Formats: sequence, structure tokens, C-alpha cells
Amino acid sequence: MIEIKGIRKSFGKLEVLKGFDFSLAKGKITAILGPNGSGKTTLIKSILGLVLPSDGKILVNGKVISNDWLYRKEIGYLPQIARFPENLKVIEILNLIEEVRKEKGNYIDLINQFDLKDFLNKKLRQLSGGTRQKVNLVLTFMFDCPLYILDEPTAGLDPIAVIRLKELIIRKKEEGKTFLVTTHIMSLVEELADELIFLLEGKIYFKGTFDQMLKAEKEENLEKAIANILKKENEKDS
Amino acid sequence: MLYLSNDVSKAIVSLMNITFILTPLIGTIFGIMNFYNSREFIELLLAQPIQRKNLFMGLYLGISLSLSMSLILGMGLPFVIYGIAFTGEVRSLLILLMSGLFLTFIFTALSFYIALINENRLKGFGMAILFWLFMVFIYDGVFLLLLLFLQSYPIEKFAIVFSLLNPVDLSRILIMLELDISALMGYTGAVFNKFFGTGTGMLISIMALIVWTILPVYLIIRKSTKKDF
Repeated sequence: MIEIKGIRKSFGKLEVLKGFDFSLAKGKITAILGPNGSGKTTLIKSILGLVLPSDGKILVNGKVISNDWLYRKEIGYLPQIARFPENLKVIEILNLIEEVRKEKGNYIDLINQFDLKDFLNKKLRQLSGGTRQKVNLVLTFMFDCPLYILDEPTAGLDPIAVIRLKELIIRKKEEGKTFLVTTHIMSLVEELADELIFLLEGKIYFKGTFDQMLKAEKEENLEKAIANILKKENEKDS
Repeated sequence: MLYLSNDVSKAIVSLMNITFILTPLIGTIFGIMNFYNSREFIELLLAQPIQRKNLFMGLYLGISLSLSMSLILGMGLPFVIYGIAFTGEVRSLLILLMSGLFLTFIFTALSFYIALINENRLKGFGMAILFWLFMVFIYDGVFLLLLLFLQSYPIEKFAIVFSLLNPVDLSRILIMLELDISALMGYTGAVFNKFFGTGTGMLISIMALIVWTILPVYLIIRKSTKKDF
């Protein structure tokens, strides 16, 4: 589904992605983990075409994305923080994105699932951060895409919304959708992820299943395993 | 103004002075503020299946066309009400309106470009306002000083080039050539008139204004397709 070959990205003098290959398994939920600054967001943004890599190739469904924009119709993206023009109402932003994508979205069920029915005619500036994030979720999932890329999807959500989101992700996966998720929340990874990728200093440090990672680090839970990795890295530096 | 004086030309000249200061300012401010405010929303839109070029052109035209409509209504309506829009005097009004529209498109595009190249909002805003200040006020001061110092040299060609490099000056020349008020022409207007004659002079000014509009738009497209968001 997604193939990345030799990707490098520097912002000025700072090299964030240092050259690695990566292919995303279809029909699975892959979690990208890593400390701050390891390149998680840069990697996602490169796949979406928001960031232009300094070197390397990215292929979506076998086609190079570098002068393409139509491939984004196959991707639903949830950014970390909801960012919309504040003078629009919820229903207006939903219709706006429908027009931009030139396709009708299926949002009625989602609106009910996330308790947004009463907010449809409210202006976005009147909503709390958590409610805006729910609107963000509806915007992402209202289109039927084979791939969903979620950047810290639970940020700002109340516990009920988190449960609904997890249920939604599992349901979509059963429909055959592919997920790429970045998160710091270990419990989310433990519950949902089929595969983990651990990015460290711009390269893939580990790629495999959850159990494989625990075995490799000889730890019982994910948090300890990751803490181990980071400790080793710090010791290497000092 | 129309009420106070029956002379349409005088009204247009007074209007010209306000227009040529305010339309660039409004274009600059709306352009840069709108862009910086929407920056995060732009990221969301960039992840949609649309071409970057189309997205940024849409944003730019959204502002510049709205400002243009306000200008047309604001300037045109009083003239329509006084019935002057239906007389032969309408040509001067239309030329003033056209210059105002050019300045709106030009300065909105330039401030959009300044916003694109400056991540730092304060720096971008400062740069845009300084650019406006320079073009509307300081430029002519510098020009006069140069004329003073280089008096003994044949500087007519230089004067023309200097005028071509400022869209506000070009608009002023356009109006002066149209109204044919030699007393107001000043050095640049007189030089334009002498070199090209009224008709050609106006044509050259308009063509230069078109270039001034197209160039920033091209820069916006070029920068937006290469930038990381």
C-alpha cells in the first residue's frame, strides 16, 4: 500500500529523517512510536505531501507521489490539533470538505456516535477543544478511504469518545482498512496495534509486532521496553 | 465630495489620493492577516486531493475578489447616485476604479508572498507594512532626491524606469494622463507624456501594471509548490 525507499529530510541543517526504507502492511493497524523529534510527524507529512523529502521515493499503491495529488483521495488524515476557520459552523465545515474532495461524506452516524448532534449549527469558535477534535474525527472518517493516517488521535478526547474511537478503528479494520497511527499512549498501542515501528533519531530502530518488541527488550510491558531503548540511547550518547 | 464641487475632475483627483494610499494598505493588511490566520487550516486542506496551485490561487482570489467588489461598490455607488456614471465623465472614474483594482490585486498578492516566505508572523507583517510604506511614501522621496542630485545628467529614461518600478506611481501617472492636468503632472507625468504621448503612455502604464500583478502571482505559485507545511 505504501512503500518508502531511502527517505531523507533535512530542515536547514537539521536532518530529521536519515535514510530508511519502510513498507506499510495492508489491512493492519501500524503504530509509529518514538521520542519527540524522532521524525514521526515528518514521516507522516511526507506521505501526505505536506513535506517534500530531500531524497528518496514514496509510493502509494505503486505510484510515486511526488507530483501527484489525486492519491490523497485514498487517504483520510486526522491532524493532531483541530484547525478550522472559526467563523464556520460545524455543518458548514463538513460541507466544505465534501466540496473540496468532490464526494459526499457519510457523517450522520458519526455525528450520533460522537454526540455532536446538538453542535451542528454552532460556530466552531464556540466549541471546546475536545469537541473540535471530535469534529476533526468526523471529517476524517466520513469518507470511505482504504488508508487512515491518525496523528495522536486521542488528544483532547474525553474517555467516552476514546472508547468510541477505538470501536470505530476496530470496525474499520474489520472492513479491511489500513491504519497508520502515531501516539504516545501505550495502552492504545497495546490494544489496537498489529505492528509497531519505533523511530529513533531519524531511522527505524525496531519494526515488528508488539510481542516481538517485548521479547527483544526482555520486558513485560511496552512502557518499560521503550524506556529501556531510550536509556540505552542516552548511554550511547554520553 | 461630489456634492461640494461640481467639477468631477477635482473629485477624482481628491479620491485618487485617498485611493492610492488606502487600497494598497487594505490589500496588504487583509492579505497577510488572512494568510497567517488560516495557516493551520491550510495544512488540513493540503492533505486533501487538490493541487497546491489551485488551493493557493483560491485563497488569493478569495481575498482579492472580495476586496475588489467592495472597492467597486464603494467607489462606484456615489457616482451612480449623482448620475455622473452615465455621462461622458465616466471614463475618468473607470480609470480610477481600474487603478484601484490593480493596486488591490498587486498588494494582496505581494503580502501573500511575503507571508509565504516568512514563518515568523511578526517579521512577515513588519515586512509587508514596510513595503507598503516604502511604495506609497518613501519611494517618491527617494526619487526626488535622486532627481535633485542628478540634475545635470539626462535622466529622462531613468525617470521612466523608476516609475515603472512602482505600481502606485504607475497608477498616478495613468490618472494624470487621463485627466490631462498638466499642473499636477510633475516630472514623471510630463516625461511620460513627452516620450509616449497620452495614448501610448497610458497603454504602457497599464501593461506595466499587468506585469506587476502577474509576477507576484507567479511567485506565490512557485513558492507554495516547493514549501514544507
